[in-house]
Amino acid sequence: MTNKVLHVLYNDDDVLMDAVKKTRAAHHHIEEIYTPFPVHGLDKAMGLEPTRIAITSFLYGLVGLSVAVTMVRYMMIIDWPQDIGGKPSFSFIQNMPAFVPVMFEMTVFFAAHLMVITFYMRSKLWPFKKAENPDVRTTDDHFLMEVAAHGDVDQMVSFFENTGAVEVKVIEKH
Amino acid sequence: MYTFSSRLKTFSFILMILGVLGIGYSFFTAPKTVEDVEKILAAESHHDGHSGHDAAHHDAANNASKDAHVHTTQDVHSNDAQQKDAVDHAIHDEQDQGENADRHITGTPGRDSLATPAANEADTPGNAQQLPAGKSDIATANNQDAASAHHVQDHHSASEAGHAAHGAEAHDAHKEHQEHLEHVLHQLQNKPWAAVYVAAIFFMLISLGALAFYAIQYAAQSGWSPILFRVMEGITSYLLPGSILFFILLVLGVLHVHHLFIWMDPEVVKEDALIQGKSGYLNGTFFLIRAVIFLGGWNLYRYYSRKNSLANDEASDITLYKKNFKMSATFLVFFIVTESIMSWDWIMSVDPHWYSTLFGWYVFASFFVSGITAIAMITLYLKGKGYLEYVNTSHIHDLAKFMFGISIFWTYLWFSQFMLMWYADIPEEVTYFVTRIEEYNLPFFGMLAMNFIFPVLILLNTDFKRLSWIVVMAGIVILCGHYIDFFNMIMPATVGDQWFIGAGEIGAVMFFLGLFIFVVFSALAKAPLMVKHNPYLEESKHFHY
Repeated sequence: MTNKVLHVLYNDDDVLMDAVKKTRAAHHHIEEIYTPFPVHGLDKAMGLEPTRIAITSFLYGLVGLSVAVTMVRYMMIIDWPQDIGGKPSFSFIQNMPAFVPVMFEMTVFFAAHLMVITFYMRSKLWPFKKAENPDVRTTDDHFLMEVAAHGDVDQMVSFFENTGAVEVKVIEKH
Repeated sequence: MYTFSSRLKTFSFILMILGVLGIGYSFFTAPKTVEDVEKILAAESHHDGHSGHDAAHHDAANNASKDAHVHTTQDVHSNDAQQKDAVDHAIHDEQDQGENADRHITGTPGRDSLATPAANEADTPGNAQQLPAGKSDIATANNQDAASAHHVQDHHSASEAGHAAHGAEAHDAHKEHQEHLEHVLHQLQNKPWAAVYVAAIFFMLISLGALAFYAIQYAAQSGWSPILFRVMEGITSYLLPGSILFFILLVLGVLHVHHLFIWMDPEVVKEDALIQGKSGYLNGTFFLIRAVIFLGGWNLYRYYSRKNSLANDEASDITLYKKNFKMSATFLVFFIVTESIMSWDWIMSVDPHWYSTLFGWYVFASFFVSGITAIAMITLYLKGKGYLEYVNTSHIHDLAKFMFGISIFWTYLWFSQFMLMWYADIPEEVTYFVTRIEEYNLPFFGMLAMNFIFPVLILLNTDFKRLSWIVVMAGIVILCGHYIDFFNMIMPATVGDQWFIGAGEIGAVMFFLGLFIFVVFSALAKAPLMVKHNPYLEESKHFHY
């Protein structure tokens, strides 16, 4: 069984935005949109869920903070509470100001790096990954909307030609 | 056009009247003579609820016992929170210069009662488990209670030895007791003045913070804020009355009506080489000249920018806008220089032996975030009443982001100042924090929770920054927190351990809050709530984030 999709190309982001709204209104399913740069409001127009990456970042920050606190507390207070230049290593709270720079940096480090790695994993990006580009022009100056074909394909083609598309192609996807 | 609602007007008048009553009460009840202080301290000692202390006081009914009573009263205070603190106090008191023989007698039972439970705790097996390498000094170190108990025991034996020596100096002791009473008298007499001073400078600086924010918005040609310009202008209208009242307070200081600034007292300067060395800068005349320049400069900018802003509503070109733009840039340069010097003059100089290089920035961050918070809260109030048609949640979101960011900036400066001094622990600069941590523990660390932890946790979320009630709640906490910040900057040097947030402090805040509300909303009612012909107005109306 073959799986047909339409590749609709635009050369302007405003036209694209209008087309997305029309497509959604006509209940065609948008599989993917390829753009050369971020188009503001495109995710909202497509009805995509908001990202939760900020929440993960916050949690990673808490992890970093815990790691830093556990580390300095164990090393400086529990394991070998030396008198270093008169700093009060009696309890964690007494010497805490000296640890704040470490705690801060570790929080930022964990929040930033783990969030970036999460981003790579969720968007499936890594070195030597095969590029999933349906049309090379989409990295330069064209916008491509991929729509699942259903029912009367010819009617769909004419519908998308009316949305300001510069090119409409029917593609067999395997 | 906004009309000043009569209910809000009545509310502001009630605040002012109650405030004046509170201030008047605190002035009326401030002690006039050393005898009054003696009575107050005696009366305070009878409030001791702890049985052991009462017994100790009755046993030691001798002439100079009041002195000890003051200190034991403090002990009881902190005893409520934690015994460890109380013991620390006792240790601290031991080190006081004004120590005398009689105090040793009365003071000792109090310390014993505190030391006993602490010492018991040191014997529990739980604490023993923490001992690494069996070193006894580390063992005590690991447990604060135990450490304190040791100290107290040391001091106990030390004080017995000292007692014999002191016995011969009973006459000197009496003199020292009189000096102590005078010291407390000065602190108690400063109290109502300091309360008014803190509230006066706090509200004046809120409007100055809003003015600085306004100037930055002009100079940065920001596209989101022009529809809030009238709100900001309303808040900055308090600058003139506020700075007049504040200037009067400064003049009263120079005229020796109050004694908040000890460097103004020639008796003190005569015996103080450090202040003498600074008298080229810290002298009454120069101090007032500087104040006139600073307050005058800020008020001039405020007057002309408001005038141009109003005239711009009728303008046909952008000449006045460009004029305001240039004026704002100039003002910001003037502002940052004068703001820094202002913080030395009006805040740092109450502690004339202490100095800090980033103090100006620290004070700036404190009132800047308060000013932004005031803008956000008044915007939300007016929006709630339906006066700001074009203000949307994105504008509120932007203000909340500023509140959030500058709160963290404030904390950064607070910590940088604290940590550098704590770390180096140089006696001449660390005393500033020693007095604050020992005598102002709760306000000092409490404001950190209010100004940092609370806003960080609540304003971190994007959705929360768009909810009015969250922004208002965060705003109230931030404003209270920064009031306490100013309280912590002024009070330790002027009233010391006699601080209390009572009728005088609350009354002063109520009076200035009432005046602030009255002046600000009167000004808001004088002009349309939206500027016209601002080049960025259209963008601001459609601002969306």
